[in-house]
Amino acid sequence: MNAKRSDKIATGVLYAMSGIIVLILALLLFYILANGLPHISWHFLTAPAQSFEKGGGIGVQLFNSFYLLILSMVISTPISIWAGIYLSEYAKPNRLTNIIRTSIEILSSLPSVVVGLFGFLVFAVQAGFGFSILSGALALTVFNLPLLTRNVEDSLRSVAFTQREAGLALGLSRWETVIHVILPEALPGIITGMILSAGRVFGEAAALIYTAGQSAPTLDFTNWNPFYIASPLNPMRPAETLAVHIWKINSEGIIPDAAAVSAGASAVLIIAVLLFNILARLIGNKVYKRLTGV
Amino acid sequence: MQNYSFDDTYFLPLDPKKHEIAISTDDLNVYYGDNQAIFDASLQFERFKITALIGASGSGKSTYLRSLNRMNDNIASAKVTGKIMYRDLDINGSGIDTYEMRKHIGMVFQRPNPFSKSIYDNITFAPKRHGLKDKAKLDEMVETTLKEAALWDQVKDDLHQSALALSGGQQQRLCIARAIAMKPDILLLDEPASALDPISTSTVEETLIRLREHYTIIIVTHNMQQAARISDYTAFFHLGHVLEFNTTKEIFTTPKVKATDDYVSGHFG
Amino acid sequence: MAEDKIRASLLKESKASKREKHGKILSFAAIGLIVIVVVAIFIFVATRGIATFTVDKGSLWDFFTKSQWNPGATDKSGHPLIGALPMIVGSFAVTLLSAVVATPFAIAAAIYMVEISPRRGYKILQPVIELLVGIPSVVYGFVGLSLVVPFIRNHFGGTGFGILAGTMVLFVMILPTVTSMSVDALRSVPRYYREASLALGATRWQTTYKVVLRAAVPGIMTAVIFGMSRAFGEALAVQMVIGNAALLPQNLVSPASTLTSILTMGMGNSVMGSVSNNALWSLALLLLLMSLLFNILIHRISKKGALH
Repeated sequence: MNAKRSDKIATGVLYAMSGIIVLILALLLFYILANGLPHISWHFLTAPAQSFEKGGGIGVQLFNSFYLLILSMVISTPISIWAGIYLSEYAKPNRLTNIIRTSIEILSSLPSVVVGLFGFLVFAVQAGFGFSILSGALALTVFNLPLLTRNVEDSLRSVAFTQREAGLALGLSRWETVIHVILPEALPGIITGMILSAGRVFGEAAALIYTAGQSAPTLDFTNWNPFYIASPLNPMRPAETLAVHIWKINSEGIIPDAAAVSAGASAVLIIAVLLFNILARLIGNKVYKRLTGV
Repeated sequence: MQNYSFDDTYFLPLDPKKHEIAISTDDLNVYYGDNQAIFDASLQFERFKITALIGASGSGKSTYLRSLNRMNDNIASAKVTGKIMYRDLDINGSGIDTYEMRKHIGMVFQRPNPFSKSIYDNITFAPKRHGLKDKAKLDEMVETTLKEAALWDQVKDDLHQSALALSGGQQQRLCIARAIAMKPDILLLDEPASALDPISTSTVEETLIRLREHYTIIIVTHNMQQAARISDYTAFFHLGHVLEFNTTKEIFTTPKVKATDDYVSGHFG
Repeated sequence: MAEDKIRASLLKESKASKREKHGKILSFAAIGLIVIVVVAIFIFVATRGIATFTVDKGSLWDFFTKSQWNPGATDKSGHPLIGALPMIVGSFAVTLLSAVVATPFAIAAAIYMVEISPRRGYKILQPVIELLVGIPSVVYGFVGLSLVVPFIRNHFGGTGFGILAGTMVLFVMILPTVTSMSVDALRSVPRYYREASLALGATRWQTTYKVVLRAAVPGIMTAVIFGMSRAFGEALAVQMVIGNAALLPQNLVSPASTLTSILTMGMGNSVMGSVSNNALWSLALLLLLMSLLFNILIHRISKKGALH
């Protein structure tokens, strides 16, 4: 076989294989949306789930997913920003820094089920939080911190060093300069990273089944006092999320319309993740434009 | 490049009775890792005068300047030994609050580095952080410093516009305004005009000459005409050694050291 | 005198210096917290996981070689039945097979994106890969359950649950990760490698195959191992399609199990501190150690790659 012909054949094969990947995604999206979208209605999005009958919704699960997401972001955002500042501003090239970086790398590659089990052991059992929003949010924080921290570090590093010198030369501390000058400039990158990781957290289930639990008690949406047991805001109640719900009805298979509910819920999940992706881009660009004023 | 003896030096003695010394260094050595960048530099800078530091690239003039307000502290591998005397204190010693010191020894950098904030906030940001809250005083500060930096007329209607929208020359003058808003004793300038066009350069030079009335200025420059135009004293750096310190007039007309002579007449560098 | 004031202020601790101290402490505390969490994960999982062998008298040999998993019961000599071989085999089988299937696709897509049509690659394949990354794993599990499993049942027999279904789901799940890391590996090959080869009259494929791919081998290996580490640790999607039978798989379409699937199924049904519970933690410990091993492998390879 001559070189020209093998070049042509190889190119053809590469085209075909790349095409297959595109087809797989198309098939996935088509399958989920075609099966799921017809099932999505206002009733489906707001009604509570049914255990043994048809026609249940995902209202509580949807609320739980958002509540958990917000709570875990509230906990992990400041920690990741402080930790990211340490890595980009204060970490000296020495052994301690090596240990820190290795730890973060290990944490980011841990299977999420291990993070979930750790959360179960420490937050649910040892700390006595039980299967609760709080345990779930803390587990998600553990799961989320390494990526967020690295994103903050990278975003801060992308701001020119001369900006730090400008602050220092005015008698400001490195800390003030970073908080008030560098951080605002790095914000577009940080926000983009946060929203993307929010999408990841929104779809996460393995870290939650033994921390936030697998049950969704009926909520009383008229009482928002966080100390009331059926209050949507009560952080100590168990809270099955949308992703956990999909897993659960498929593994236990008690409800008769499991396939339809799963398809609908999957479609909602995918649409949410898509929205997070689009939002990340839009907001990142917008913040960037506002900050630079150009 | 010809090899010059580091022993062939000349330092104009400044009589402390006639010349008030704002800042001086005594046997200053700077190391980056294993490399020594500055060798036993001893210089004195007279108050309310402009002193230019000249020399070829890599002669150490910028390194020396950055040591004066300890900006090298932020480079992990850098080490500075020797004395920097300011107000009867060795500010290179321990027990000196470097942040406080930098309020009095300000710096303007080679590339304009305004914050990505408004023109107004660029000037008021640091004073606010240091505790000045009075709006009227801040407004006044913005006006006077921008006037001193010859920028007021061009930006007085756009004070809340982003500083990044300004031209390079305007940005640099904003950085000068920002630095003098701290009311420093001493202003260090690291090739402040090297990234600017000729017109902006001459505006910056005029600004500096006006500022001499209130500030002690030390300026690193690559441009010998610039040194000749604006400075009172000049120090010549070569490969990390200070070879000559003299009045600018003497340096450019009758240099005492062969290396200086060759450099100012354009034989190398 | 004004001058004395400045001199005195230099010798006092300024506000900025206090803020710096507080900021440093805060940022160090945050990073310290992360490190402590990592250490805690290892300590907690390890103490529980080791208890099976120290407290409950389980045999490490049985754990790795026997295939009877019934930790609540004991064998004739009183040791708990903790033969984890079916899960170990299951985990390795789905991991290796999915990597074997995904690697050629990932490399092909990477070559397409870097060497053949960067513009179209950026416009079409890049978003496709980002979307694939974004799809939550339970959705992969659901599609696997309702599309892949019936397909296998109809075409290959059996129940449809098993290693093959797990492989197919994991293949799609790790594909985007392996692809985007392979893209980075190809991109980091200097341009002059290609120019030199093309200038010698080689075709694009010859250049890609003999020059670019070879130079990118360490990077691509890192990508594949990274993908394997993902596959090994993936829990729910696999659990939904593998059948969850703690039996040694007879073939690719018989119900099987992985470490993660038995772990997720079992943890809710056992009492903390019991033998069956501890045995599950031993599986978790094995999972943790494998994740560590993958990490070390990646480090080794990238270090070796950097030496070139």
